[in-house]
Amino acid sequence: MTLREIKEILDATVLTGEEELDREVKAACGSDLMSDVLAFVKDQAMLLTGLVNGQVIRTAEMMDIHAVIFIRGKKPSDEVVSLAESRDIVIMETELPMYIACGMLYSAGLTGGSSRA
Amino acid sequence: MSEPLMVLHYDVDGTDFTVAGEASGAVKKVLKQLGVSAEVIRKVAIAMYECEINMVIHAHGGFIDVEIRPESIRMIHKDVGPGIPDVEKAMQAGFSTASQQVRELGFGAGMGLPNMKKYTDEMKITTEVGKGTIVDMTVYIK
Repeated sequence: MTLREIKEILDATVLTGEEELDREVKAACGSDLMSDVLAFVKDQAMLLTGLVNGQVIRTAEMMDIHAVIFIRGKKPSDEVVSLAESRDIVIMETELPMYIACGMLYSAGLTGGSSRA
Repeated sequence: MSEPLMVLHYDVDGTDFTVAGEASGAVKKVLKQLGVSAEVIRKVAIAMYECEINMVIHAHGGFIDVEIRPESIRMIHKDVGPGIPDVEKAMQAGFSTASQQVRELGFGAGMGLPNMKKYTDEMKITTEVGKGTIVDMTVYIK
């Protein structure tokens, strides 16, 4: 699934990385706990989270996660957006709550993502 | 063990949580430039990042030396923080002494040390209460 499709499904707004929406996402992880994300091993994964601090972007950087979706209308600060920009990480925000956002993506076919670890 | 091809040194600022992860990000970049495999880079980045976060939230910062060899990447994290009174307990998944503030930032779930252990091939903790802690981790390049 491409980030463009994900944006449509979640009715999301792109905060940075508009030109990267053709990137393919093969798996996703929904969590507010960064240590859980760090225990998650998947390629070309995307993160959905309700946390909006800079450590979300750094966690994504370490995990080669190229896209982060902030749920429930959470707004990151300008510093967080520019950190994501400098790390080449796409960020979007959606008004949807976590459960609904994950459910919609799963129903649309983004099913890969259970951790093997 | 052979002589390291490259040694990197980083100071970790213990007062600013927002910069925790800078050193890990920098090492990740260097390893990528050296052509190290993505799997090895990820293991190093995650273990080092967890440790860097720990240094900031528990130990007022410290420094990290990274030794890059053809067969391995070694990361030595040193701090002069409070030390770990019970290492065995600290290694248990879910055990944490982190503050509510740290938890709100998405850490402090007691997964740091278990994650470091999981992603590294060797891990040794030397700690003394009131003196500090050394976490010495190595990831093999297979």
